[in-house]
Amino acid sequence: MPNLTHLQRLEAESIDILREAAAESEHPVMLYSIGKDSSVMLHLARKAFFPSRPPFPLLHVDTTWKFAAMYEFRARMVAESGMQLLVHKNPEAERLGINPFAHGSSLHTDMWKTQGLKQALDQYGFDLAFGGARRDEEKSRAKERVFSFRSAQHHWDPKSQRPELWRLYNARKNRGESIRVFPLSNWTELDIWQYIESENIPIVPLYFAAPRPVVERDGLLLMVDDDRLPLRDGETPSIRSVRFRTLGCYPLTGAVESDADTLPAIIREMVLARTTERQGRAIDHDANASMEKKKKEGYF
Amino acid sequence: MSAQIDRTDEDVARHLAAHQQKSLLRFITCGSVDDGKSTLIGRLLYESKALLDDQLSALGADSKKFGTQGDDLDFALLVDGLSAEREQGITIDVAYRFFATERRKFIVADTPGHEQYTRNMVTGASTADLAVILIDARKGVLTQTRRHSYLVSLLGIHRVVLAINKLDMVGYSREIFDLIDREYREFAEKLGFEEIVSIPLSALRGDNMTARSANTPWYAGPSLMEHLETVEIGATKQNASLRMPVQWVNRPNHDFRGFSGRILGGGVRPGDAIRVLPSGKTSKVARIVTLDGDLAEASGGQSVTLTLVDEIDISRGDVICGAADPAGLADQFEASIVWMSDEAMLPGRPYLVKVGATTLGASLGQPKYVVDVNSLDHLAAKTLHLNEIGVCNLTLDRPVAFDAYADNRDMGSFIVIDRFTNQTVGAGMLHFALRRSQNIHWQAVEIDKDARARLNGHRPVVLWMTGLSGSGKSTIANVVERRLHALGARTYLLDGDNVRHGLNKDLGFTAADRVENIRRVGEVARLMVDAGLIVITAFISPFRSERRLARSMVDDREFIEVFVDTPLAIVEQRDPKGLYKKARRGELKNFTGIDSPYEVPETPELHIRTEEHGPEEAAVLIVEFLQQRGFLRT
Repeated sequence: MPNLTHLQRLEAESIDILREAAAESEHPVMLYSIGKDSSVMLHLARKAFFPSRPPFPLLHVDTTWKFAAMYEFRARMVAESGMQLLVHKNPEAERLGINPFAHGSSLHTDMWKTQGLKQALDQYGFDLAFGGARRDEEKSRAKERVFSFRSAQHHWDPKSQRPELWRLYNARKNRGESIRVFPLSNWTELDIWQYIESENIPIVPLYFAAPRPVVERDGLLLMVDDDRLPLRDGETPSIRSVRFRTLGCYPLTGAVESDADTLPAIIREMVLARTTERQGRAIDHDANASMEKKKKEGYF
Repeated sequence: MSAQIDRTDEDVARHLAAHQQKSLLRFITCGSVDDGKSTLIGRLLYESKALLDDQLSALGADSKKFGTQGDDLDFALLVDGLSAEREQGITIDVAYRFFATERRKFIVADTPGHEQYTRNMVTGASTADLAVILIDARKGVLTQTRRHSYLVSLLGIHRVVLAINKLDMVGYSREIFDLIDREYREFAEKLGFEEIVSIPLSALRGDNMTARSANTPWYAGPSLMEHLETVEIGATKQNASLRMPVQWVNRPNHDFRGFSGRILGGGVRPGDAIRVLPSGKTSKVARIVTLDGDLAEASGGQSVTLTLVDEIDISRGDVICGAADPAGLADQFEASIVWMSDEAMLPGRPYLVKVGATTLGASLGQPKYVVDVNSLDHLAAKTLHLNEIGVCNLTLDRPVAFDAYADNRDMGSFIVIDRFTNQTVGAGMLHFALRRSQNIHWQAVEIDKDARARLNGHRPVVLWMTGLSGSGKSTIANVVERRLHALGARTYLLDGDNVRHGLNKDLGFTAADRVENIRRVGEVARLMVDAGLIVITAFISPFRSERRLARSMVDDREFIEVFVDTPLAIVEQRDPKGLYKKARRGELKNFTGIDSPYEVPETPELHIRTEEHGPEEAAVLIVEFLQQRGFLRT
């Protein structure tokens, strides 16, 4: 395949994966987290099935703690893509008022995201879910298959993964079992940003630097996104020029100080950066190999 | 050479522009346990500045906690991602790593050296352009080296780097390097690599990793990184003629009918003449449709949607080929198989095979031979065990479009899937179609099923009764047969117990025997359907996969699943043969409903609730259903 650029090759591979997965499943869904990787995945899905609409709905497993700007963006993308959006909020977490302050990031993530995701997949009977994870994000992700088999309990067993050869993906499963499919497996963070730039893909404005109210806490710069963030003694929000390299629940997502307010500036900053994007996420630091543990339990 | 960049805007801009035009090299690293693979990859990541501050600080902390290098960084920890393998100190699965230099972007598959994980190495090799084969200079060429080299050649990788590592441990000895290099080339001659480049290395100390080392003044070749950056990619043969398996038929509305897929060989332009396999129908390409507008041409590797000038019937799995030089079409092949399951291959057992975008029923013949990977000798074998490689005949239940693996990796590769577990149990490479497959198609007979149906006055069908033991399957089946007979239909009743006394008396109740039991019953039913009969079967057939298997053996429209639904409490109360009592006392093992599950049919064509309908009523419902569906005249 000599004439394609690196990004064209990645795009062609992702489209191949999206089509194959959609064709081989009865009830697919695309996990939509509103972040930049989701934006790229959604864009690829629109390309893969054009002129048809992608033959699956979007599912957002909501925690109620996302940035306000993310909810606005979500509404906009649903309108633009014309796709159906399903929003699931774990009713148990809602009833108990689970939040990252009173219950800690582990329980918060487990209840809203891990349990919430399982509930949603069971409730709608989805047998295949697309996710935007990349192998370069984290060590346990590097071993994930593109088509990753999950038991009826949604568990991932890294020791009995199906061998994945050539571009022949085995999507067969029994009733109740499911497959998670990662079309962006072979993309890096830099690839994502360059593709966003070259394809002019819309992303949440929080990725661009702007003056925002923040407090410094436990080594993270937290944005005071609404009045639910309890301020500790001596904490006073200050306005700083910050942006986000990754987006999640606002109390768990650290900002970085930056003046990068355009895509080329973000990419430049990324190339020069000396920290990985997941560093801004509190959950990864909880325990050694914490991502692997979460994934075995069913986290995306 | 590295991705290190000065922090000036022009440099960044240049770097970014270069990144978009970069080529991509996919390679695998393989070697024995402790050859230092993970250290080598960790070092490449480190040297290309693919590691960032938080990863480095995590590496520092991990090195102190788990490392084997004292106070030095243990690069292997970067790569050994899963906690299970940290505990065992070995890599247990294939992992993909990404790094880039100014010249090239790399995807590395780190593949394990442990013998029982050979399947993972094959996985990594299947998408690689080049292999880095590690050798511990203290140990030389080992059994594992030979095995991995053979697998690399088997999977069609033509370029090899022989990384003779840990040279620091042998005093950077040129004699040892030369000796290993000679020994390896002698062995590898049989494997037909296009290129073998040997490099003296210490991944741990960094010798010849990114620049030529002062410790090996006698070595004049490239460093490992230099070689990876400049080695030619893509010597694999490109088909001149178009190959595009159809993944998805794109029909947004009645005015548009497109065929979506990835081009796996050749190129395409509007106006090109094409031939669709297996149907053989021809047409011309009308448009190449993408979200960014129609294309004037598309080439290998691109994912596109084609529309054709004529409206011809094309489904998922069909292959659109250039008309002048279409792919081959066959249903019997010789193939190399790598077995990947703990359960040995069963010659003749029905498996599934996925090739391109098609999944078909398949069976493998007894191996012609297995390959001794140390000597490359051919050995006789009755089966293939985990990690064994053999040559077998492959028979598919219908013809597929293909090219030989040597000509086109994507058109000549397939995976073998177990019908029960859905696991990928084998991988294969097509050599050629067997001549008899091209010459001997199904014997075309003048008196066919339709002719017999006309004479019989009804259409053939399988009525597959499933339900718990004692649910009333046999009773209802007998009434149905009596009624059909009275209507002048030709029938035959295959009863579970009776078949076990004769045709299947050699079979027990293991998983393999169950498959074989249903396969034989299915084959018999298929012949009887072909003979024009209405076949009634009464088997518990508790597993969905069994029933799916039976259904797959006849035409889907000729299979009617009848769920004879009697609740467990009631059959246990009736217990006509006293079996439930025995099972409850533990005297009968694996008894359906007691200690073995009955998987309720999800979408049976007919659902008979025996609490609501007695046998006579149930039989009337079944006969009426046959009349409604046009199997019988009303």
